[in-house]
Amino acid sequence: MCLGVPGRIEEISGDDPVFRSAVVSFGGTLREVSLAGAPHATVGDWVVVHAGFALGTIREEEAAEVFDYLDRISRMGSEELAADPPPAAGPPDAIEGGTG
Amino acid sequence: MRFASEYRDAAAARAYAEAIATICRGRWTIMEICGGQTHSIMRYGIDRLLPDAIELVHGPGCPVCVTSAELIDRAIGIASLPDAVLCTFGDMMRVPGSRTDLMSARAAGGDVRMVYSPLDAVREAAANPGREVVFFAVGFETTAPVTAAAVLRAEALGLRNFSLLTAHVLVPPAMEAILRNPGRRIRGFLAPGHVCAVTGFREYESMAADHGVPIVVTGFEPLDILEGIHMCVRQLEEGRAVVENQYVRAVAGDGNPDAIALVRRVFRPVDRAWRGIGPIAGSGLDLKPEYGAFDASLRFDDAVSAEPEPTPCIAGRILTGEAKPGECPAFGTSCTPERPMGAPMVSSEGACSAYFRYGHRHGRSR
Repeated sequence: MCLGVPGRIEEISGDDPVFRSAVVSFGGTLREVSLAGAPHATVGDWVVVHAGFALGTIREEEAAEVFDYLDRISRMGSEELAADPPPAAGPPDAIEGGTG
Repeated sequence: MRFASEYRDAAAARAYAEAIATICRGRWTIMEICGGQTHSIMRYGIDRLLPDAIELVHGPGCPVCVTSAELIDRAIGIASLPDAVLCTFGDMMRVPGSRTDLMSARAAGGDVRMVYSPLDAVREAAANPGREVVFFAVGFETTAPVTAAAVLRAEALGLRNFSLLTAHVLVPPAMEAILRNPGRRIRGFLAPGHVCAVTGFREYESMAADHGVPIVVTGFEPLDILEGIHMCVRQLEEGRAVVENQYVRAVAGDGNPDAIALVRRVFRPVDRAWRGIGPIAGSGLDLKPEYGAFDASLRFDDAVSAEPEPTPCIAGRILTGEAKPGECPAFGTSCTPERPMGAPMVSSEGACSAYFRYGHRHGRSR
C-alpha cells in the first residue's frame, strides 16, 4: 500500500494547488499525477509517486548515498566503526555525508 | 529505471551482507514496520544473506490487514445498496469481513470498483451524478495526503455524491503499542520510508530515547534495506539508540510540509481498533467535523456487523511480530492466497502472502 514508484515529470498543468498535476514518466509509461503535495516540483524533477500523488521530489544529490556508505564501511575494520559513530539524525543539512 | 534497479546490485548486496556479519557480535531481533519492506526482504532473499544472529520480524505495516472486520462489513453493506458505488484499492477485494468479502459482494450484484487512486473515485463521482460514490479510505500516513486531496477536489467540484468510509491508521502509536508489550524481543526498528517521506521522523526520536531502541528510517530496495540493517546493527553493537535516516534521497527530517498541511486541513486524529491487535488510542485519522458532509459513516448509518466466525488464523500475533507465518496451523494448508482466512495472506503487503509467494512454504524465513 505504501508503494512509492520513482518517475520523472514530463509536463505540468493547472495552477490551483488542489488540481495542479503532472504527466510523469515511469520508464516510458506515462501517468497523470497530482502535485498537491509537491507544489514546487518542476519539469525534469524526479518524484516518488504513491496512488497517483507525488509524495515529494527525489534529492538526486543523495542518490549514491547507499554506495558511499558501503564504500566507507568496507574500508573500515569493526574497531574503527566503533570509534567513529555516525551523527544522530538531524536536519538534512546537518547530516555530514548523508548517513545520519 | 532510475532510482530503482541500481539499488538491486547483487555484488553490493553481498558486500553489505559481509559488512553486517563483520560488525555483528550479539543476537538481534529487528522489526521492519512496512509490509512493502517485508515483501522486498522475501522477494530478494535478504533474510537468507544475513548472519544467523540477526532475526527479522515483520510489523503491522499493512493497512488492509489491520482494517477491522466491522469496517469491511460496513463497506460491503454500502456496496449492496442499489444506488451506491463502492471504490476501493484492489488489495481490499478479497479481505474477509466477518462473513464475506467485497469480491463476493460484487458477485452478488453490488457495484464495487477497484481504483488506483482516491482521485479516480472523485472522477467516478463526477461521471455518475445519480449515484452515491464511496471511497473505502484505507492507508497509513503515506496515503492520507492523497485521500485529503480527493476530498478537497470533490469540495472544489461541488460534488455532493462523494464520501469516504475512513479507515486511515498511523504508524507511531502502533509502534508504541509494540514497544510496550512486556514480552517484546524486538531490539531495533526499520521505520517505513514512505510514511516518513510525508511525516518526517521527529516523532520517532522520543520513542527511540524512551524505549532505548534504534530506529532507522529505511527505503524499499534491497540495498536500502541492507544499509538500514547495517545502521541498526551498528547502533545496537555500539549501545546507541537514536533515529537515523537511511532513505535520505526521499526523506527529510521534517517530512513534506505541503502533504502534512493537506492532511491537517481535512483529518483529525481519533482512536482506532486494529484488526487482530485491538484498539490503540490516537492511532487513526477521521474527517474533521467541517468535512462531515463527506463522511460515509454519517450518510449510511444502518450497516450492521456480524460476530466473526471462529478461525485458527493468528493474524494478530503475525502483525505484532510475535509469530511467523509458519507457526499458524492454517498457513499453506487451509489458508492460501486463493482461499485466505486472514488479511496477511491476501494483501500484497501481508507477511503470510510474502512467505507463500516467495517459496517459504514452511513459513520460516530461514
